[in-house]
Amino acid sequence: MTYLNQDLADLHQALSDKKMSATELTQDTLANIKKMDSEVDAFLTLNEEAALAQAKQLDDQGIDKDNPLAGIPVAIKDNIMTNGLRTTAASRMLENFTPIYSATVVNKLANLDAITIGKTNMDEFAMGGSTETSAFKTTKNAWDHTKVPGGSSGGSAAAVASGEVLAALGSDTGGSIRQPAAFNGVVGMKPTYGRVSRWGLIAFGSSLDQIGVLTRGVKDNATYLSAISGHDIHDMTSSTNDVPNFAAGLDESASVKGMKIGLPKEFLGDGVAEDVKQAILNAAETYRQLGATVEEVSLPHNEFGVAAYYIISSSEASSNLQRFDGIRYGFRADDVKTLDDVYVKTRTQGFGDEVKRRIMLGTFSLSAGFYDAYFKKAAQVRTLMIQDFKAILKDYDMILGPVAPTTAYDLGSEVSDPMTMYMNDILTVPVNLVGLPGMSVPAGFSQGLPVGMQLIGRPFDEGTLYKAAYTFEQNTDFHLKTPKVGGQN
Amino acid sequence: MANQIDRDQVQHVASLAKLEVNDAQLDYFTDQLDQTIGLFETLSAVDTTNVPATSSVTDQLNTMREDVADNWGEQAALLKNAPETQDDYIKVPAIIDESEAN
Amino acid sequence: MNFVTTIGLEVHVELKTNSKIFSPSPVEFGDDPNANTNVIDWGYPGVLPTTNKGVVESGIMAALALHATVTPDEHFDRKNYFYPDNPKAYQITQAETPIGHDGWIEVEVDGQTKKIGIEEMHIEEDAGKNSHFGNYSLVDLNRQGTPLIEIVSKPDIASPDEAYAYLEALRQRIQFTGISDVKMEEGSMRVDVNISIRPLGSDTYGTKVELKNLNSFNYVRKGLAYEEKRQQQVLMSGGRIQQETRRYDEATGTTILMRVKEGADDYRYFPEPDLPALHIGDDWIQELAATMPEMPGKRRDRYVKDMGLTDYDAMVLTQTKEMSDFFDETVAQGADAKMASNYLQGDVNAFLNDNHVDLQQTDLTPAHLAGMIRLISDGTISTKMAKKVFKAITKGEDPKEYAEKNDLVQISDPAVLQPIIDDILANNAQSIEDFKNGKDRAVGFLVGQIMKQTHGKADPKVVNQLLMASLKQQ
Repeated sequence: MTYLNQDLADLHQALSDKKMSATELTQDTLANIKKMDSEVDAFLTLNEEAALAQAKQLDDQGIDKDNPLAGIPVAIKDNIMTNGLRTTAASRMLENFTPIYSATVVNKLANLDAITIGKTNMDEFAMGGSTETSAFKTTKNAWDHTKVPGGSSGGSAAAVASGEVLAALGSDTGGSIRQPAAFNGVVGMKPTYGRVSRWGLIAFGSSLDQIGVLTRGVKDNATYLSAISGHDIHDMTSSTNDVPNFAAGLDESASVKGMKIGLPKEFLGDGVAEDVKQAILNAAETYRQLGATVEEVSLPHNEFGVAAYYIISSSEASSNLQRFDGIRYGFRADDVKTLDDVYVKTRTQGFGDEVKRRIMLGTFSLSAGFYDAYFKKAAQVRTLMIQDFKAILKDYDMILGPVAPTTAYDLGSEVSDPMTMYMNDILTVPVNLVGLPGMSVPAGFSQGLPVGMQLIGRPFDEGTLYKAAYTFEQNTDFHLKTPKVGGQN
Repeated sequence: MANQIDRDQVQHVASLAKLEVNDAQLDYFTDQLDQTIGLFETLSAVDTTNVPATSSVTDQLNTMREDVADNWGEQAALLKNAPETQDDYIKVPAIIDESEAN
Repeated sequence: MNFVTTIGLEVHVELKTNSKIFSPSPVEFGDDPNANTNVIDWGYPGVLPTTNKGVVESGIMAALALHATVTPDEHFDRKNYFYPDNPKAYQITQAETPIGHDGWIEVEVDGQTKKIGIEEMHIEEDAGKNSHFGNYSLVDLNRQGTPLIEIVSKPDIASPDEAYAYLEALRQRIQFTGISDVKMEEGSMRVDVNISIRPLGSDTYGTKVELKNLNSFNYVRKGLAYEEKRQQQVLMSGGRIQQETRRYDEATGTTILMRVKEGADDYRYFPEPDLPALHIGDDWIQELAATMPEMPGKRRDRYVKDMGLTDYDAMVLTQTKEMSDFFDETVAQGADAKMASNYLQGDVNAFLNDNHVDLQQTDLTPAHLAGMIRLISDGTISTKMAKKVFKAITKGEDPKEYAEKNDLVQISDPAVLQPIIDDILANNAQSIEDFKNGKDRAVGFLVGQIMKQTHGKADPKVVNQLLMASLKQQ
């Protein structure tokens, strides 16, 4: 079973009409993952037994015709709690950790009879842009196995792009859904901050983190987002805004006629590769031809986004990751004699280098004498960036730009060079700082590798992004291309 | 090297974070942190006079829970996941701190 | 050389809520270790705190009770430090925007009234509990997340006696709001103390010394007094006070060095991103102010001015809200205020002390106490009979029913008593003669005879009046 040529509606139809049982679908999915993953390495844990048991139960009771997700396997990023199913955040710290509760998004999907098929690889604690900081395995780009899949939701993106699953949940703190989606040529949505409950998402940067969905098609993405969104009593930062049916209206009637799109000049600056720039200019032209207006706009504080982001995210992370101390759960170092041993040895052995770097950066940014110059300053710059985006989105329905400065790069080329790695986030981190919805949509290829375009919308206006993305998708053929099995295009 | 942070400061920060950085790693981390903090320094070019700080972008205000007790009954599962327990307590090596004397 | 003493008090008060401040786990004590904990209390990966509205409201009430300004726009902050009883390795507290600031309370020391300023008060979560056994320690997280309000005094406290009076007044005011039991012996009130001295005329504060293990107001006073003297001696002998923490030793009444502090701790405070900000508008404050119980000072004024009690009585009756409420209710039920006050301070207090119970733990009700006092006032029972009735009402019995059932009814009706008096007088001519000759003892004898005849139930006051009138007519 490969999902490369499937969508939610077809699968749902097949299951409803009993042309295929949920058990068959689950078995086939697992078999395909096992075959594919020997190359792709997208999964850390498979939920084989429980998934099959759930599928059987669904077959026994019959698939609900009104429930589009029923019986269809979905992959979950491994920083999202799944009760009874190992959840590691790709860290030694949680190598043998079995959660005793589930994230709200996992419960919502389960209540809709979606089947959790397994947990996907990621950068350790979501810190990285290539999935290479995972303590366990190196995930490959679906289109070229010598390239990175992006990150931190690299496992989710590679799993969807290589046809292992139809949809996967990811999390996005500074681009971790959009950038791997772009690198793998799939659709990735980072919703508005507060759209989706964070209860059960292992916190990285609490004021930036959002769970979102990666799929091959825009409409499927919209269906999944509606399913996982909404206010949650367990997450007081989750919004009480109504959740629309985002997939409604994604049909022939969808249009971008009269839509005003801003193209920030800072998003096409020197650091962005020519092939990426060209794809975005082509996309702008496509939108013009489809009846939208595309105009140059400016985000004057954009160049400060990376610095502000790394200060804020690292500061929050340094605090969030203090709970991993070897006392109540997870890894505890051997040979600990004193309490300080428990702390220091556990954390020194349990965390990888990138996590340690971020913890130290954050600890430094918050420490006595540096707080005002770093943390507070970054929080002020954040306010200015919010104002920049607000000003544009007052006049424009959405913002268009690239997701990443380049296409997927070689495995092993950046992981030990944090500065280059951090600067690559310049196009995605502003969206998290300001809390807006941001989406990655396939918009071209360069030397066989996908290029993604980023659509950024008003708060809680994911609907407009889906409409624009769907219209683009229906009028282009990038989404129809599939990677060759084996990863060589 | 931009000299935003030196080896001693890195050691201090590591100890606050309960991390051990041995001599071999110290230069490596110092160099990397120094470059990154150099990047942080670019913010000093932004005029933030009278600009309020943003620490959250949630649209929620005054979201609160009513004061109703609810025991989720997780005691056994929690204790089972702990590395070391004794008589329903979490067990750790001796805490040596006289401030706890009372 | 003369010195000025400056004392700072940080008081942690445990708030009496149903659930924890950031998790719905019950706030209960004495249960099995970790029985009242959940994934939030354990700081599990992926959990988030939720703000308990009851705690915020308690905080606002504390601010009102301590004449503080409620901060209209508030958020929580994280205080970062590693400790086994601190599961997230940060405590959620309020560092930047305390719920109340710039309050004050009035204290009385040596007959002088003094206003002591309160810098700020903030709501925060308590830690779990560690217990120590040789080479290991055990952690119980039941207390983790219990709501606290920390109240920080301004440097206005200038003597151990003032510190004592401040704590007493603070305890009383908080107790009257009903947001906490404020009992040091049960840990629902904890006091951190620091003290510095400086030569008279110097305008810079001396080096602060922190004192630990002060488990009662009395020990706070004694520890401070010892420490004040110790510091004076150090300075007078040319020494220097170092920034240190000292432990009060109850047995010897001295303070003992625990550790010298080197620099300040670095808690890396920053705003808690997991909790939305709070806006506390005037409406909300007014709503809570309307439900606030009357504070002890106002009650004392009322007792003295409106009810004619002495200052001393008013003070004793307002020691606890329970006693004061009981008194008010007893008076409202028709009891004479002075008598109610006497009974509460006398028989009721003795009863509570003998049985080691609190007022609210007994079967005694204001209605029954008032009923008994009314029976005394209208002459139905004598104060002697009241002793028996009091015993009965402590067991929850109705005073009137009890008195009637046990025939504890005084005879006050002159129509009943006069014939008995006439009869006695008729049979005791010698006594009448003695009375006429100025022998007062005769009256006593006659009264005794009347009481004997009525089995002690005659109202002595009425008997006296009737007897004297009858004697004069003889």
